[in-house]
Amino acid sequence: MKLLKEEAVRLDVQALNAVDAIRISGNLLVDAGYAEPRYVDAMLKGFLEVGPYIVLAPGIAIPHARPENGALASGFSLVRLATPIEFGHDKNDPVKLVCAITGVGSNGHIEMLQKVAGILGDKDKHQQLLEVQNFEDISKIITF
Amino acid sequence: MYVLSVCGMGFGTSLMLLMEVQSIAKEHGYTVDGEATDLGSAKGKSCDLIIASSEIAAELSDEAAPVIAIDNLLDKEEIKEKVLPMIKKLAQEG
Repeated sequence: MKLLKEEAVRLDVQALNAVDAIRISGNLLVDAGYAEPRYVDAMLKGFLEVGPYIVLAPGIAIPHARPENGALASGFSLVRLATPIEFGHDKNDPVKLVCAITGVGSNGHIEMLQKVAGILGDKDKHQQLLEVQNFEDISKIITF
Repeated sequence: MYVLSVCGMGFGTSLMLLMEVQSIAKEHGYTVDGEATDLGSAKGKSCDLIIASSEIAAELSDEAAPVIAIDNLLDKEEIKEKVLPMIKKLAQEG
């Protein structure tokens, strides 16, 4: 199954702040059929209560919540911000890419996290994602 | 040896980190047991080593076990460079 969906990707989005950016990435999960709206609320709750731990790498935030919080299928969304945003992380701010993930089953979200980590952890692919201009080019970079 | 991997909520990033650490250990002939947990549950838990993202690690400085802080959780090289020497050291100490 191809996991990358065009409706789950938006390039050069204007977001007001971290919460807005997370909500946009979460709404794309809902639009693509990966999650119920309450999953987005759970992701936001996690960020507001626990902090900017979701900024896993320089410039990259990976919002997620537990599968039982309304995940419908394993998937992810990708938002490239027009302007980098401060999430409050000491070392990895500002954030330019927000990649929200969902997983189903006991390990689904870990598998998705590892898949996404494999792409975003690759410095060349990360750089390409910051530069591409359209979905077609993204589909050449994100191939799972 | 028993490793605690810690993240904000204890079910996503910390599990990925633990699996990565176990895979690095295995590659080099070491067996690492451990669990992934959230910050609150990590405090006071008995273990040989704690591994966490840098902003979480800052809050674990009072723990008895050594704490390794990872800045970039997607960078396998950083994880390996920081964690492997400690695994070797702990293995030698038995």
